[in-house]
Amino acid sequence: MKDLIVIFISTVLINNFVLTYFLGICPFLGVSRRISSALGMGGAVIFVMTLSASISWLIYHYILLRFNLTFLEYVVFILVIASLVQIVEMFIRKFSPTLFKALGIYLPLITTNCAILGCALFMVARNYNFLESVIFGFSAGLGFSLVLLVMAGIREELNFCDIPQVFRSAPITLITAGILALCFMGFSGILSF
Amino acid sequence: MKKIGILNQGLWNNHPIFRQLLGMCPTLAVTTSALNGLAMGLAVIFVLLFSSLVVSSIRRLIPQNVRIAIYTIIIATFVTIVDIFFRAFLPPISKALGPYIPLIIVNCIILGRCEAFASRNSVTSAFFDALGMSLGFLWGLFILGSIREILGKGTILGFKILPSFYPPMVIMILPAGAFLVLGVLAGIMNRLER
Repeated sequence: MKDLIVIFISTVLINNFVLTYFLGICPFLGVSRRISSALGMGGAVIFVMTLSASISWLIYHYILLRFNLTFLEYVVFILVIASLVQIVEMFIRKFSPTLFKALGIYLPLITTNCAILGCALFMVARNYNFLESVIFGFSAGLGFSLVLLVMAGIREELNFCDIPQVFRSAPITLITAGILALCFMGFSGILSF
Repeated sequence: MKKIGILNQGLWNNHPIFRQLLGMCPTLAVTTSALNGLAMGLAVIFVLLFSSLVVSSIRRLIPQNVRIAIYTIIIATFVTIVDIFFRAFLPPISKALGPYIPLIIVNCIILGRCEAFASRNSVTSAFFDALGMSLGFLWGLFILGSIREILGKGTILGFKILPSFYPPMVIMILPAGAFLVLGVLAGIMNRLER
């Protein structure tokens, strides 16, 4: 139980996927203009990441390891993610049109979100068991959404600021992300009790 | 002449890092030193060149609906080759780059070039486009890695160049420094463009 809590806290706050591993930077810069779209993207990522972590774990341990096919790891993981996104999209469209409207364009974008593949790779590299992998996937998605929301909030405020012409849009966003990463470094002492 | 134009697109006019802001994840993660930046750049050159060539030569055979999946599998194959090569012949670099080698698969530059250029142009044009884009990526990584290494450790490619009274700014090799340096560089690029 304690292990699971440690994984949860360290993945959400201390080793945040976006701010320390730089995974999922493209959606982090691209969809953080408005809070509402950040919420949609965050929800979609949490959902797909938890699912893909559990399915990749099952496939890795019961198929790849058993038949000694670990060199196919990358090809298999990316296929799992791509087909999972496709299935989730069809499923949501059929059963919950409101949710589909909210997540809509963000679902297909998730296939190329490196955080999802990164999550599967870390899970294998760190030898997590099934329950740990599910918690890891969920908390990685939660950490991503948290940072995305904070960033969207800051960028909405930045619209009212007088920023030098050359630093508008991309540069100021990157510098803001840098300051945010500095703030998150403060969390590193949280688990040393 | 047209080929030089295509090459120049990637090297300067449409630079993948500073103009299009693509492939941010390896750009920020591996540039803690100039050497790591170079190694990642070389890996991307190999993967982008070969996947562009393959995609462009079989572009008439790929069904429209599943094209993204096919591109991804082609890219994943070449990335696996690079990964196994690094693990066998350059173990220290393989260890330093860690999971960021497999993550080349989802590097948006590669998928983006396959989709936007290689899938609708001849093999020679695709070759020059891939070469330009990946060389542009390489020099971008090298510059970023050098700046972070010089400010963070006072060295470049392992050689000490700053005097010993200069205190190394450790923040520059930490994640926060990556964002700050890239932000300032992107601002400088905007200034040069005007």
